Amino acid sequence: MADAAHPPVSFETHPSKYKHWKLDISGPIAAVTMKVDEDAPMWPGAYELKLNSYDLSVDIELYDLSQRLRFEHPEVRAVVLTGGYDRIFCAGANIRMLAQASHAFKVNFCKFTNETRCGIEADSRSGNATWIAALNGTASGGGYELAMACEEIYLIDDGNSAVSLPEVPLLGVLPGTGGLTRLTDKRKVRRDMADVFCTKAEGFKARDAVKYHFVDGSFPRSKWAASIEARAQAAVANNPMPTDAAPIVLEPLEPVLTDTHIEYDHVNVRLDRAARIAHVTVQAPGETPSTTSRTWALRCFRELDDALLRLRVNNLDIGLLVFKCTGDREAVIAHDAALDADTWFNRQVRAYQARVLQRLDNMAKSIFALVEPGSAFAGSLFEIALAADRSYMLHDDDETNKVVVTGVSHGRFPMHSGITRLEARYPGEPPTPAKILALGEALDAPTCEELGLVTMTPDEIDWDDEIRIAIEERASLSPDALTGMEQNLRFGGTESMDNKIYGRLTAWQNWIFQRPNAVGERGALKMFGAPERAVYDYRRT
Amino acid sequence: MAGIDYASLIPNNVNLDSDKKLQRALEKWQPAFLDWWNQMGPEGYQAHDVYLRTAISTEPGGWAHFGHVKMPDYRWGIFLDAQEPDRRIPCGDHAGEPAWQEVPGEYRNILRRIIVTQADTEPASVEQQRWLAQTAPSLYDMRNLFQVNVEEGRHLWAMVYLLHAYFGKDGRDEADDLLARRAGDADKPRILDAFNQPCPDWLTFFSFTCFTDRDGKYQLGALAESGFDPLSRTCKFMLTEEAHHLSVGETGVERVLRRGAQLAKLDRNGDARAQGGIPVAMVQKWINYWFSYSIDLFGSEISTNAADFFGAGLKGRWAESKDYDEHTALNQWQRMQVIEAGKLTEKDIPLRNAMNEVLRGSYIKDCERVLKRWNQALEEEGTDVRVSLPDRKFFRRQGIYADCHFTPQGDMISAEEWQARRGEWLPSEADRSYVASLMHQVTERGKIAQWIAPPKKGIHGNAFDYEYVRPPQG
Repeated sequence: MADAAHPPVSFETHPSKYKHWKLDISGPIAAVTMKVDEDAPMWPGAYELKLNSYDLSVDIELYDLSQRLRFEHPEVRAVVLTGGYDRIFCAGANIRMLAQASHAFKVNFCKFTNETRCGIEADSRSGNATWIAALNGTASGGGYELAMACEEIYLIDDGNSAVSLPEVPLLGVLPGTGGLTRLTDKRKVRRDMADVFCTKAEGFKARDAVKYHFVDGSFPRSKWAASIEARAQAAVANNPMPTDAAPIVLEPLEPVLTDTHIEYDHVNVRLDRAARIAHVTVQAPGETPSTTSRTWALRCFRELDDALLRLRVNNLDIGLLVFKCTGDREAVIAHDAALDADTWFNRQVRAYQARVLQRLDNMAKSIFALVEPGSAFAGSLFEIALAADRSYMLHDDDETNKVVVTGVSHGRFPMHSGITRLEARYPGEPPTPAKILALGEALDAPTCEELGLVTMTPDEIDWDDEIRIAIEERASLSPDALTGMEQNLRFGGTESMDNKIYGRLTAWQNWIFQRPNAVGERGALKMFGAPERAVYDYRRT
Repeated sequence: MAGIDYASLIPNNVNLDSDKKLQRALEKWQPAFLDWWNQMGPEGYQAHDVYLRTAISTEPGGWAHFGHVKMPDYRWGIFLDAQEPDRRIPCGDHAGEPAWQEVPGEYRNILRRIIVTQADTEPASVEQQRWLAQTAPSLYDMRNLFQVNVEEGRHLWAMVYLLHAYFGKDGRDEADDLLARRAGDADKPRILDAFNQPCPDWLTFFSFTCFTDRDGKYQLGALAESGFDPLSRTCKFMLTEEAHHLSVGETGVERVLRRGAQLAKLDRNGDARAQGGIPVAMVQKWINYWFSYSIDLFGSEISTNAADFFGAGLKGRWAESKDYDEHTALNQWQRMQVIEAGKLTEKDIPLRNAMNEVLRGSYIKDCERVLKRWNQALEEEGTDVRVSLPDRKFFRRQGIYADCHFTPQGDMISAEEWQARRGEWLPSEADRSYVASLMHQVTERGKIAQWIAPPKKGIHGNAFDYEYVRPPQG
């Protein structure tokens, strides 16, 4: 069913199937060990994952692992991330994999990688669990970027191990999968020292890495294990969160996959390949809320998460997602309300829903929302309409077609930029979001039109034609121009570090990834590992 | 340090007397080096007078000046081979262009890494060997050990000179770090694995100087073909000294083999052990161990770094200028055995990426010559037993063969078979403790331990019973 240049990728896995990671839990401390099996890349035989380098299959396991830590291990307060090989922590993304991957694949890979990393950072910030990078060997490129996703970084001081971002001098590309942005915005490294660091292929060993704050500390081999343990214990001691919640085991989603459908319990995707459209229908809850993995608020968003990932990586030809939400909107509101209380379970689910919606913002596909009678665009599901590039609401004759904006749109689901979708929608009218939230009732089409909550409200006579034309027109436009335009418009207003990461990833990194100096006949990325060396066109652009 | 007579303190041909930059760097580094030597140099013999050879100039004869000297007073000098007029870059993409007299900015980092990696081995072996004098089999051998040690020290100086003269502050920092790492130290190990292995006995010392120092010879030879002229000239001069180390190792193992064969002949049951010797079969295990450890040092068979170094003209092949007509190494291939799906198969690798393997090949050829000599000696001793080199795939911890197991003949075997049979091929604990049990110091002039034959001749025209090492006077 895939139209990508590779077999369809599944993002579902389980610790019992991990090939590259080991998870050991000891009370409140989790040891996460990256030990990449070099003979088990995403596509066996295509390349070898040498030196603890990673590809998408390694990242899928890390994402799964981070999710399971959140839900299945409520007792964990500190996560120690380390490498399973001597002398090397991680050499970053596998270069041979990158060299043979399509551009679209590279972009999706980098994006997914960073979504996981931003999630890890959110865990540290929220007090869920503090991630500590214990670099037991050299961390280069993406290996150091991964370390930077952690709250604290310690580097072994053995006279050899270093941290480095060698992309510019070695590969002619950027440490742009968040690396540069995290250096300045998170680690607060001085920009001139960051410049020195990023042009010195071998990077900095412990002394300079500590001095210029590329790492938070270093310990000799003989004191390594005890010092890292002490740092983890300190992180646990600083964390007031209770550890007695009952674990929530995440069952497999196991969607039914056909050539035209991806079907889950609550989410249904219908692929119209000829028109390059995916019709995504999200079903409102049918049962009352619970605190199990099956409760709608968790299960439905897991399904949406999985569907978005599959659409991104396996369905490059799909350019437009047309969202509908069906069912009882009051039930959505009830499920949202059940998450209000400040419990461990509720915090986890709310944070996860927010991440799924952020993943939606990050889709390189157009998003339309269709609000029709009987639809359930309310509360958390109305965020999908807010995330859409355009939303169409049928102005029905008896005006029963309604949406509900609730308090959850006021902070439960921040975008990557740090503000809410409602705030981003009204950049010039700061009072408007509060005004809308104060209404507290179901809003019909004329009201939504008046408030600017939807893009258009065609009546029943115009509806079919308007929708058909809007979709056909969208499908005809340049996919590159659309992606660029949408990403510009979706993230109006303020910026955050996360936001900058994705913006710069899509702009600078992807620009350089396309340029002849990287991927031309004698480009640096192409020539890596080849007997001949790169030749640059030295004219600046 | 004003008024210091650099020329007599530090013999050199690099105009140290007038080079302010070098003087400044050495003012700090030289005392640190002496501290290191006093801490990590030969234990218990710093005050002895040792009959040493000192290089005082690069003129013929000047590099071999003999006399008794206390090791801390040894004049570690800085020498480069004479500059070749209009030298050209010997290989790679810049082949034929004038050789670099200064470090090209583009290659500064990788050149520094090459130099640091080479430099790190020099003090490492001094550290590994620091206890050996206490079990020296004769004064002659003890002196050879010290000669090797001071020359490794001088090689460190030579490399540090390059770091100081051409790599600015980074170079000075790296030079300091060379004195901070320690062989076998868990916290500050030396860079390469073979240089963190213990050197507990003299059979290990001879094997190490024969096989591991021979890796040094080939690395220096490849760097002598560098487009960076000061590196090339430095390495050329170091090669003369390295030859001595190799001969200490080569003749050392040969003397152990001879003695083993002689003692076996004396023994009723043909058992050298019963006569206090080391059986030839046991020496073979040391050969297996150190040969394979040493070929690991050449790096992976298929290597991006190797291609970069060659392409950039930083490192050539052995005798690149003399033995090759074509110096780009493009569109050429090296056939090698690789492992695919658990099976050995032959594959053509682009020549530049195979440069480590090419250099390893030159090295192995040289080792084969040594083995031939040893077998010649065994023949002279009237025994039928012979020694041999293991296959290059045997007992590797680096490169493409590291994940599989091979017999010394190069046949692939299972992990179980390897575990069951490794004792046949590599020194066992029992072998090591047996060899260790033989290690007793002999310091009486003209006497030598039972397990090793005396050398054919002494040093610099002196007899074997010459007092090569004298205790401190008074």
